[in-house]
Amino acid sequence: MLLRVYALILLYKLNTMSLISSTIGRKVAMALSGLFLVVFLTQHFTINFISVFSEDTFNEISHFMGNNPLVQFLLQPILIFGVIFHFLMGFILEMQNRKSRAVQYSMYKGGANAPWVSRNMIWSGAVVLSFLGLHFYDFWFPEMNYKYLEVLPLDPNRYYEEMTHKFHDHLRVILYIVSFGFLALHLYHGFASSFQSMGVNNKYSPSIKKFAISFSVVIPLGFIFIALFHHINSL
Amino acid sequence: MNLTLKVWRQANAEAKGKIETYPIADVSPDMSFLEMMDVLNEQLIGQGIDPIAFDHDCREGICGMCSMFINGEAHGPDRLVTTCQLHMRKFKDGDTITIEPFRAQAFPVIKDLTVDRSAFDRVQQAGGFVSVNTSGNTQDANSIPIDKHDADKAFDAAACIGCGACVATCKNASAMLFVSAKVSQYALLPQGKVEATDRVMNMVKQMDEEGFGNCTNTGACEVECPKGISLENIARMNREYLYASLKG
Repeated sequence: MLLRVYALILLYKLNTMSLISSTIGRKVAMALSGLFLVVFLTQHFTINFISVFSEDTFNEISHFMGNNPLVQFLLQPILIFGVIFHFLMGFILEMQNRKSRAVQYSMYKGGANAPWVSRNMIWSGAVVLSFLGLHFYDFWFPEMNYKYLEVLPLDPNRYYEEMTHKFHDHLRVILYIVSFGFLALHLYHGFASSFQSMGVNNKYSPSIKKFAISFSVVIPLGFIFIALFHHINSL
Repeated sequence: MNLTLKVWRQANAEAKGKIETYPIADVSPDMSFLEMMDVLNEQLIGQGIDPIAFDHDCREGICGMCSMFINGEAHGPDRLVTTCQLHMRKFKDGDTITIEPFRAQAFPVIKDLTVDRSAFDRVQQAGGFVSVNTSGNTQDANSIPIDKHDADKAFDAAACIGCGACVATCKNASAMLFVSAKVSQYALLPQGKVEATDRVMNMVKQMDEEGFGNCTNTGACEVECPKGISLENIARMNREYLYASLKG
């Protein structure tokens, strides 16, 4: 109940803030938070990819990320805020968009003029958000419990084992692969689209689009590879 | 050609509308879509049925009055044409054609296929002009040097006829392509730059007040626009708006 009240207050605040009360301001806010999450995704992928090559280096970096005060108490809250903001703003925009056409067409050929991914960002986003729930359940909540609730002793060598242990389960690996597929779809439209929202449409746009599409394919495929790598190794 | 037409019928803005089915025979492939609608209306009058109300004016693809949503697309399946320039040769004998009004909260149905697009007028009135005294002593526009690329882009933006196909086709009923074309055609020219800040702020504010949706960059508007207005204009308006917002 209390969470609902907080969510409503936050929604009201977001609606009344001048920066994001206009359609364009909201789109720019959406684009900026999306780009921030793209940067985080790159960093997350880099660390995870290291686990394929070196257990020790992965443990070392994970220990640093998990215990550095700057990362824990500044970057982590900013990241969580970024995720919540991106989700809430997407939700607000979707609600407003649905309201702007209350009576639907009996025949609407959306596929004739726009790709499926661009028309279904809310659904690909919802899958990614659901995945974040699973991901938090798998890693973030146990980590918070370990460090701040049970206050267990520091162990710089536990991360690799904890991570690979999670990828032993078939169902979990399948859920991760499906989620990364939807992440790819979300990025495929969202990454390049964020530049258009911020007013960038010039001679560099085709190159930006190519880079964004490559990113949307390579990074999720990389995450799938890492999940499969540890799954196969654990068999 | 013999066709089956499924047409949205709605007596007035308050009435509940529904799709009615009308068969039509001997349609010439050389007819324009509106001429086919004229023939259908004559047929309906002969049968004692209220003829279908639809918007039209110049029938030359210039005025932007015609506004039908045909088989799931604004202005029908052809590209870079308005409904009046759509010809029946785009359809086949035996086809069923669904015809609906442009749908958006900001474009309420007046009757049948006619919709009230005065929201566009109000957006235009909010800033889509240059405030100059035209009392006879204005400077000749041709005497002001303008970069050819800018002039071309301004002209392309000014080609927007305000038909509303962008709103009708956008899954969010967003008017960004229309408003950005109007903002761009002035923002690119020295005459328009003087009032650029107020213009973009006021026009976007009015656009939002009219209840149009948000742009999600699907690009559908650009594809369906009968005048080929580019998404580049939306990016320009976003830049103009951000600059104006920061300038305060």
